[in-house]
Amino acid sequence: MALKDRQQQDDVELLSKHNILVTTVEKLWNWGRAHSFWPLNYGCNCCPIEVMAAGAARFDMARYGYEVVRAVPRQADLLTIAGPVTIKMKPVLQRVWEQMPEPKWVIAMGNCAISGGPFKDGYSVLPGADSFLKVDVYVPGCPVRPEALFHGMLELKKKVERGDY
Amino acid sequence: MTEPDLKKMQTELQQKMGTRLEITADRFFTFLNIHPADLLVLMKELRDNYGFNYLANITSVDYGEKFAVVYHLYSIPENHKIAVKAYIDRSLAEIDSVFFVWPTADWQEREVYDLMGIKFKGHPNLIRVLLPDDFEGHPLRKDFDMKGVKKC
Repeated sequence: MALKDRQQQDDVELLSKHNILVTTVEKLWNWGRAHSFWPLNYGCNCCPIEVMAAGAARFDMARYGYEVVRAVPRQADLLTIAGPVTIKMKPVLQRVWEQMPEPKWVIAMGNCAISGGPFKDGYSVLPGADSFLKVDVYVPGCPVRPEALFHGMLELKKKVERGDY
Repeated sequence: MTEPDLKKMQTELQQKMGTRLEITADRFFTFLNIHPADLLVLMKELRDNYGFNYLANITSVDYGEKFAVVYHLYSIPENHKIAVKAYIDRSLAEIDSVFFVWPTADWQEREVYDLMGIKFKGHPNLIRVLLPDDFEGHPLRKDFDMKGVKKC
């Protein structure tokens, strides 16, 4: 270790003795982002019911700090796609996505959002949300159980804490 | 309308329409199979004289050579139901609109037009209702080709 590095190391140890922590701003922001996603939910029938269960008392999404579910894309940073995206719905979802402020993430929840599910060969359903959005976490299930959704969100949390987005 | 009344209605209609009306039945419905040219006459008759004031459903069937347009009618005061079926040529795919008999036919006929491509003569606003406006073809037809569908 070079002399300069050693001095810096000593400085950090000295500061931490006086309850002062040293980090980068980006890391601090990511820590905050990862612990308080503001989700915006998109869905059709069965996965959103599980999202509601996840938000309610038995499963309690608030344990992780993700309970601030927004009705407005301008206040959200996590788009939860919980249902098949149809050709007609694609421009709407695209517009919602573009209205969300950066940084923002996408969870594809359920088989329909991942691949189109049983409807992927239909005349009106896209083969998965990743055909037009960059999806961060895929949560399979039909429908996804709340525990699985939490797992997906915690995986996304790790990803955001790493700054890997 | 009690059961004998329905029988009476059927004989009356049969006398009126003659060979252009054929009455069949299955477990759920009595079907009035009507020649498409007489559809509006029959529908007005059913609404005005037999109390069928509610058009519950319009749907269509692709039989290959022919399409069938099926109307499910209910009489709310009499608590009775009947189905009307009209067979039309596939090449023509055209039938009179019942919008002016039951205004609720508006969106239902648009849906049939959207998915099966049957044109309803006299409909005030016959445009697609479910699929995007620039969609090509009518997907519930048996000869619909998925190759033409553009997905992103």
